[in-house]
Amino acid sequence: MNVTRREALKSGGGVTLLALITAAGWAVPRDALAADAWNKAAFDTKSMDETTKALGGSAPAPSKDITFFQTPDIAENGAVVPIGVNSAIPKTESIAILVEKNPNMVAAMFDIPAGTEPSISTRVKMGQSSNVYALVKADGKYYVASKEVKVTLGGCGG
Amino acid sequence: MADPMRIRANVVGDATEVKVLMNHEMETGLRKDAQGKAIPAWFIQNVTATHNGKNVLSAQWGPAVSKNPFLSFKFKGGAKGEKVQITWTDNKGEKRTDEATIA
Repeated sequence: MNVTRREALKSGGGVTLLALITAAGWAVPRDALAADAWNKAAFDTKSMDETTKALGGSAPAPSKDITFFQTPDIAENGAVVPIGVNSAIPKTESIAILVEKNPNMVAAMFDIPAGTEPSISTRVKMGQSSNVYALVKADGKYYVASKEVKVTLGGCGG
Repeated sequence: MADPMRIRANVVGDATEVKVLMNHEMETGLRKDAQGKAIPAWFIQNVTATHNGKNVLSAQWGPAVSKNPFLSFKFKGGAKGEKVQITWTDNKGEKRTDEATIA
């Protein structure tokens, strides 16, 4: 009795989950929610030019005021690569972390409101050794810095 | 139901340093299971942090952020005993908010 009930619940749960996924895929209009919630266009990009275009900017200028901290030269495990980005550019509005050779370049984008220090650290996955870019938007302009990170064990294998 | 986040907020000089560890699978959608079927993407898309009702950080994430994501940032102000709130939303619409007291 109990077992069948459990099974019934389990399969029921599976169905609702599936329904949810499909519902989400179908119901969300392509661009209506994008601007506020999640910039799908930016996350689909595969090159720096495409990324800045998707963000509505022009080609970024290299900057020495953007520095990486806590970022290894060689990462042993590509599934967990610590990346820290600090921007000394005045009026930094946002920081994006991009990994050149990942299937999609953009890993994360952070909006920095006034009062928050333009210094962010997180962990990302890297499929293979690659350049990591920090794309900073400050006072409406884009700046970029890069660092090469070697990966000994990729983080996207299944 | 998603597990709670671990949030630590400490006063460092005139700023508050916030460190967050979230519990999330962060599936890229590119991996395949044992049967060769693609595992659907499942990852955190939006993260927001507020302090006293004021937004101190908002982030958009792609699936390239590591499993059980870590995030650290600093904002000016913040005093001991005040609250910092972190909310994430994933691509399935699931949401979680947790709160920590600044120490």
